[in-house]
Amino acid sequence: MKRRVVVLGAGPAGLAAAQAALAHRAEVIVIDEGERVGGQFWRHHDTLTDRHLQHQWGRFERLRAVLDRATVHSSTSVWRVDTERGLRVHALQGPADAASRTALTIEADALVIATGAHDRALPVPGWTLPGVTTAGAAQALAKRDGVALGRRTVVAGAGPFLLPVAASIARVGGEVVEVVEAVGARGIARGWGRAPWQLAGVAGKAGELGEYAASLARHRTPYRLGQAVTRIHGETSVEGVTIQRIDARWRPVPGTERQVGCDAVALGHGFTPRLEAAIQAGCRISPNRFVEVDDRQATSIDGVYAAGEVTGIAGADAALAEGAVAGFAAAGGDPDDPRMRGPIAARRRMHAFADRLATHDIAPGWTAWLDDETILCRCESVTVARLRGAADAAGSSRGIRLATRAGLGACQGRTCGRSVEAVLGRPLDLDRRPVLSSVRIGELAACAEGSGIDEAVAGAG
Amino acid sequence: MTIGITFDGDEIVGRDGQTIAGVLLAAGRRTWRTADGAERGVFCGIGICQDCIVTVNGTESVRACQRTACDGDVIEKEAR
Repeated sequence: MKRRVVVLGAGPAGLAAAQAALAHRAEVIVIDEGERVGGQFWRHHDTLTDRHLQHQWGRFERLRAVLDRATVHSSTSVWRVDTERGLRVHALQGPADAASRTALTIEADALVIATGAHDRALPVPGWTLPGVTTAGAAQALAKRDGVALGRRTVVAGAGPFLLPVAASIARVGGEVVEVVEAVGARGIARGWGRAPWQLAGVAGKAGELGEYAASLARHRTPYRLGQAVTRIHGETSVEGVTIQRIDARWRPVPGTERQVGCDAVALGHGFTPRLEAAIQAGCRISPNRFVEVDDRQATSIDGVYAAGEVTGIAGADAALAEGAVAGFAAAGGDPDDPRMRGPIAARRRMHAFADRLATHDIAPGWTAWLDDETILCRCESVTVARLRGAADAAGSSRGIRLATRAGLGACQGRTCGRSVEAVLGRPLDLDRRPVLSSVRIGELAACAEGSGIDEAVAGAG
Repeated sequence: MTIGITFDGDEIVGRDGQTIAGVLLAAGRRTWRTADGAERGVFCGIGICQDCIVTVNGTESVRACQRTACDGDVIEKEAR
C-alpha cells in the first residue's frame, strides 16, 4: 500500500511538499482554498495576470506539472482536522461561500500543514474607510485581477514586502505617492548591514530588491524611512493621510505631521501565520507563535509535518526548501538521503536571510497613534475606548470577548486579534478555532453524520 | 472578453475571470457594505477579514474578493 500524504495549502511550501512526496512514491492529495494552485506567492489568472509581476514562474510551472500525478482539490476549504484516531481532514468543495458545497472527508497516513500567513495591518484612525486595504490585498488585486487600488496610493508599514507591492500597483497603472517604512535608516543599516556574507547565497533575493528599488526610482516614488501613516482622513472613502516621524519604538514624534492627498492606502506591518489547522491538530506552538518543527519539519504530533510561513516568516525560497524536506519525510523518506542535501542547505541559507527580517518587527509604541474612537475589531466595530473600558472590568480572555465582542465577528479575530492583545497587554487565545473556515450552518448540518461535528460543536462551547 | 453584472441595480462591465471585488474596483466602486452605519469595502483581499461580503444572486455573505464574477450575477449591498 502506498503511503497517503495529504498537503494543506498549494503555495510554494505545499507544492514543494507534494513534489517531494511524489518523488518518494507516496499517494499525494493537495487541498487548497483557491481556484488555482500557487498560493499567495504565485497568485495568478491565465489572462488577467501581468507575467512581469511573477517571480520564479519557471519553478512554479515545473511544480504544477508534477501535480498530474497527484489528486488536487481546489476551491476546497478545510474546516476540521482530526488527529486523535488516525489523521482525518474534513473539507467543503465548491465556489467561495456558496450555499451548498460538497462535503469531503479524507484519511491520511501523513499530513503536511502548509497554510501560510496573512498580512498584519496595524489599526490607525480611519483604517476602516473604503480605499484602505492590506498590502497583500493590493498585491492580490494587481496580480489576480489586474486592478490598481486607486489612482493615488500610499503604501505604508514595515518590511521589504512593501516594495513589490508598490511595484505591482505601478505596473497595473496606479500611482504610488510614497512608500512609508516604519524602521529608520539606522535600524535598517544595523539589521541588514551586518554579516553581509550571508547574502552571498541569496543573490537572487538581493537582485529582486534591486529591481523594486529601480521601479521606485523610475516612477519617482519617495521611500521614507522611520515614518508611519498615523491617521487616515475621509468622509465616506480615503481622501488623504497624515504621515509622521516615529521613534525606534514606533511612537509618533509630535510636530512632525504632514498631510498627503491620496485615494487609497495599502497597509502592511509584516505577517502572521495561519495557525488554526496546526493548533486543531494539536501541534506544539512556540512562544513567538509559530508551529514548532524538528530538522525533518515534523511537528509534535505523529505523522503531522509543517512547512513554510506557519513555521516562521522567511519567504518563498525558505518555504520551497522546507516543503521539500517535509514532503519527503511525510512520505517516509530517510532524512539522510542525499536528495535532501540541497533543500536542507537551501533552508539554512534562507533562514539566515530571514533573521534579517526581524529588523522590521512591530515595536510596541505604535499603540500611541490610536485614539479612543479608533475601531480595533472591524467586524464588530469595537473601539479602543470600549476595549480599554472593559479591560478593567473583565478578568478573563473570555470575559473580555463577551463584554466587548472583539474577535467574535465573522473573521473570528483573524484581523484584530493580535492588535487587541497588544492594546490589552495580554493574550486572548483567539487562534484556537473549533471550525477552521467559514461554513454555513446548513452545510454543517448536511455533513454532520459521521463527521465528528458533535465533538466540534462541543469543543466550541 | 467581458462580462456584465448588476450591482444594486446598476449595470457594470468587468473582465472575464475577475473576482467580484476586482470588477467593482475597476469600475470605481469601493463601497459595498455598511457596518455600524459606516461604509466598508475590500480590506484583506485574500479571504481572511470578511469585510467585503456581498449578496450574490440571493445568497448572503459571499466574500467578493474570493468569488469569481459570472456574467449575469446580481450583486446587492449588505448592512450589518
